[in-house]
Amino acid sequence: MPDDDAIRCDACPVLCYIKPGRLGACDRYGNRDGQLVRVDPHVVLDRALARGASVVPFLDREQEWDGNIVGAPKAFVTAIGAGTTYPDYKPAPFIISSEVEGVDMVTVVTEGIFSYCGVKVKIDTDRHLGPERNLVRAQGEAVGHVTTSEYGSQMLSLGGVRHLTGGSRREGTVTCDTLLNLCNGKAVELEVEEGASVVVQAGKPPIIDEVLEERMRVGCGSATIGMFAKQWFGKVDEVVVVDDHITGVLSEHQAGKLLGVPETGIKIKGRRSTPGRYFQVAEPGTAWGGTNIEDPLAILQPFKSKIAWPGLRLLMVSTTGEHHAYFELDETLRPVRKDLPATLSESVARIKENCEPALCTVLFMGGAGGSLRAGVTENPVRLTHSVRDALTRVTCGGAPVYIWPGGGITFMVDVSRMPENAFGYVPTPALVAPIEFTLKLEDYADLGGYMDHVRALSSIMPDEGHRHVTARPENPWPLFPAKTPGARS
Amino acid sequence: MKERAQIQLLPDGRRLYLHDGPIDVILEAFGASSEVRAAYEAAGRRFVSLLDELCAELAILRQPVTRESARPAGTVAQRMVAAVTPYAARSFITPMAAVAGAVAEELLAAMTRAALLKRTYVNDGGDIALHLEPGQQFVAGMIDRPDRASLFGTAVLEASQPVRGIATSGWRGRSFSLGIADAVTVLADGAATADAAATMIANAVDLPGHPAVFRVRARELAPDNDLGDHLVTQGVGDLTAQEIGAALDSGEAFARTLLQEGLMRAAALHLRGETRIVGLPLQANPVENPAGDRSLTDA
Repeated sequence: MPDDDAIRCDACPVLCYIKPGRLGACDRYGNRDGQLVRVDPHVVLDRALARGASVVPFLDREQEWDGNIVGAPKAFVTAIGAGTTYPDYKPAPFIISSEVEGVDMVTVVTEGIFSYCGVKVKIDTDRHLGPERNLVRAQGEAVGHVTTSEYGSQMLSLGGVRHLTGGSRREGTVTCDTLLNLCNGKAVELEVEEGASVVVQAGKPPIIDEVLEERMRVGCGSATIGMFAKQWFGKVDEVVVVDDHITGVLSEHQAGKLLGVPETGIKIKGRRSTPGRYFQVAEPGTAWGGTNIEDPLAILQPFKSKIAWPGLRLLMVSTTGEHHAYFELDETLRPVRKDLPATLSESVARIKENCEPALCTVLFMGGAGGSLRAGVTENPVRLTHSVRDALTRVTCGGAPVYIWPGGGITFMVDVSRMPENAFGYVPTPALVAPIEFTLKLEDYADLGGYMDHVRALSSIMPDEGHRHVTARPENPWPLFPAKTPGARS
Repeated sequence: MKERAQIQLLPDGRRLYLHDGPIDVILEAFGASSEVRAAYEAAGRRFVSLLDELCAELAILRQPVTRESARPAGTVAQRMVAAVTPYAARSFITPMAAVAGAVAEELLAAMTRAALLKRTYVNDGGDIALHLEPGQQFVAGMIDRPDRASLFGTAVLEASQPVRGIATSGWRGRSFSLGIADAVTVLADGAATADAAATMIANAVDLPGHPAVFRVRARELAPDNDLGDHLVTQGVGDLTAQEIGAALDSGEAFARTLLQEGLMRAAALHLRGETRIVGLPLQANPVENPAGDRSLTDA
């Protein structure tokens, strides 16, 4: 029976001989280059379950089954609803231990009260929402401000300690309410000072001045010229991609020059940056390419009579393809609007096709302060050091977080990766967000943890109310970050 | 290593999942909660030693069954041998052809001995043993390719009918096949007999010597496989409509023989989107949810 290159698997009594590159009878263990390896342990179970749900032990050792379907370590306790001890420096409500691959892990679970917190909102749109630094209001109260424009998106910064506690009582309450709704995935209507009204909801397209934004642009006007120049070449003499940031002109643009597109004598209003790229062709707005213009010809000056010619074909299009118009010059070199030729409608459709769906995305940002850290350990700064040293993993409702470098534990989390209704509030006003710290039991002892409060995962469940949620397959398993519960090898 | 077997309730709180080595079982019992609990405990108790018992006699179970074959001692092994013996005279078969169905049957027997249940299914990787009290029924979903779980139809199994076992076999599945059927689903009186019949009918859906069928000796893929030097299907290229028809004809003729001999009650044979149904009452009722992310059998 032995085969030169087969290895014998001793994971179970079947004792399969496994050839290189193949799996044993179980589909779990395989021969990878002569090594016995376990492929994803959840594969078979996931096939049965069809998605990465958590499973719980049954008839576990001598323990009698009491009809309870909760167990460990394939269950992870999130901090949602855990409560908090603020402002008393008492141990966090739950300090839970579970065994992962033979290592005792503890998870300190608490709901943090965050006065220092807010949300960063990314709104995928070309439309001008309002001048940078202007106030963003909800229910008439200032809750944040317009910050930078990013590629195809406008960022808002909402909340923060100044709005929560630094203004009037009502400003604080409305800010807290706005943050709470955004974090819990609800729609919120915001007004930008001297700008637009926007309905923002995490994971949904923005609604700007009552218009649903469907797509984000393919690129700035200049980038769009670069991307589609070849498709336009020969089918049209001139293309202007109207964009509030950088309007592109095919015949002057480097991409057009390389293709040998002749000069057309076009003259664009606005400030020329580099050849074929124009800034400030109009005022910002919610019409063509994020400008305020309804008629694209408004950004053109008369064509240069020495260069332009009657019959010259001109396409004007916005960066999403949503707006477009086709013109030909008459005998007096004035553009006359005509139907878009079929040869060009394809390229306009292509621009649209390349635009991704526009979304609002919401990141919660908060800092784990003194009392919260004191609930984890008697020596709070050691928790910070432990997080920095990557010995302690921070999660927010089981979702992965980004820890901002530098001092303190300031983190950001995508609220759409957290369980539903994970956030709460206190009338302080402040937001209540779940936060979990997971680390090895021995490391927990080292940093001055409340060892006498550590409880086994199985022990907390029966009498304390709890809710079971299915782990999101896109999130790493909090106790086991290298693998995703739903992933297959 | 008694900790090896995993026995867990799935998150729905209703189904029990059992895993040991290559065995993955999902079962569900219906009845009074105390009875269901007793049945699950019985299934768990029976399960923990089951793989060890099988492996102790693996050498016997991997040999073709003949008159001179040694008789195994284990109850699961005996179910396997009983299920494949009717085929031994006409072709090559080893008890391993019925292992999954026999495991399902054994767990079902342990549960129904221990508790009074209205109905129960034990699904061992697609081979299913059923228990039905009078008046009860199950709706079984049917898939046309084991590697892509999409339901093409459902079959209603009533207590008044003799069917208590369902099995599916095909070259795309977890076990090797000598034939080219994408899937053959069989209804029979028990899960082990259904398993053996599905294996044999799937082997019979074939085009011997066809150049588009890629076959490899089982030994070269898995040195200790019971199929040894037999050629197992690893790929099927383009087939004409006539060729698909011919392969299905061959499988269907064999299935009709088994039907006459009472070895199974109904079979659905699938190859390249073509389906042949043999026997009754296996009907491919269209399903509303073809995405079918449910387990093969559900209430």
